[in-house]
Amino acid sequence: MVEFALPKNSKITKGKEVKASGTPKNPRHVKVYRWNPDDAENPRLDDFEIDLDECGPMVLDALIKIKDQVDSTLTFRRSCREGICGSCAMNIDGTNTLACTKPIDEICGDIKIYPLPHMPVIKDLVPDLTQAYAQYTSIKPWLQNDSPVSSTKERLQSPEEREKLDGTWECILCFSCTTSCPSYWWNGDRYLGPAILLQAHRWIFDSRDDATGERLDELEDPFRLYRCHTIMNCTKTCPKGLNPAEKIADIKKKMVERV
Amino acid sequence: MSNRNRPISPHLQIYKPQLTSILSITHRLTGMGLAFGSLALVYFLVSLMNGPESYEAAKHFFRSWIGLALLFGCALGVSFHILNGIRHLFWDAGRGLDLKSVYASGWITIIGTLLLTGLISGIVVCQL
Repeated sequence: MVEFALPKNSKITKGKEVKASGTPKNPRHVKVYRWNPDDAENPRLDDFEIDLDECGPMVLDALIKIKDQVDSTLTFRRSCREGICGSCAMNIDGTNTLACTKPIDEICGDIKIYPLPHMPVIKDLVPDLTQAYAQYTSIKPWLQNDSPVSSTKERLQSPEEREKLDGTWECILCFSCTTSCPSYWWNGDRYLGPAILLQAHRWIFDSRDDATGERLDELEDPFRLYRCHTIMNCTKTCPKGLNPAEKIADIKKKMVERV
Repeated sequence: MSNRNRPISPHLQIYKPQLTSILSITHRLTGMGLAFGSLALVYFLVSLMNGPESYEAAKHFFRSWIGLALLFGCALGVSFHILNGIRHLFWDAGRGLDLKSVYASGWITIIGTLLLTGLISGIVVCQL
């Protein structure tokens, strides 16, 4: 359902302001979305002043600094700090990206940080990805092949066949693209979204997979695949530089070709 | 486990406007606008059918400020919708989907829309 405005319980109120201690040489304001499930308050935007001279180069460094030195209740996901785990995906400076690979000096003015857009919030910057993971399960992200497995030989691919998987295997499932897509905002309950469709592509175009027809049948639906309207926000925002929109177009083309 | 009071994180309110999404929503809005604009076309055709007096009234309406503003809006909408529509046809054929091409074709669409609207408006103004 298209709902442009936020529901009553989701409206953001003004939060607290915390000044940097001492006299910061290079002060910068970090405005962070906060929501605590343990009180009945609405979400708020806290304003932390930090000294960039005393902080690492990435947005994740700033968040860790705040959690470590200012407010230990600040909650966010992070793990690898090198753009490969996908945990710290969030909305920074208006677009979705990974906090660990987003340099602070790419941002002009205040650093505004929100959770991935249009998702239920568990706490602060942690969105509930249950539905996205369920959608991932729905495309059966594993090899389906009825021929017997050899104990001595791999299932071989030509270099050309292997090349068809490039641009999809690099996806780290951070859901930056999916949550940047207005179509997913309005129809996320039925539309699979760019991240999952890119994963679907990865199996549809795998020469070792025998279930191509069934996989396409599953997507042949007004919502699951065809809610992609080529808005292109996904490709614009992907922190790994992938092109989900192009992969979705590939699937649509394959759909036409088999008829 | 699931907390029914969970807020929805902000979306439209905070997402940065960018060429990709702006042109997409403009395509929808011009499409809807032109659906209403086509009522003006129907009005014109009916006025033709009804003879010289009603045609004269329609002519008077379309030459008024409101009529001219309507025509200008339709010229703008048609220009954009056609050019961006061509862009969508290329995409449907699987072409021009890399980010660089998307931005190049986006700017071409904007400049083309302005040129086409200027051309149509110029022709209209010359005939006033």
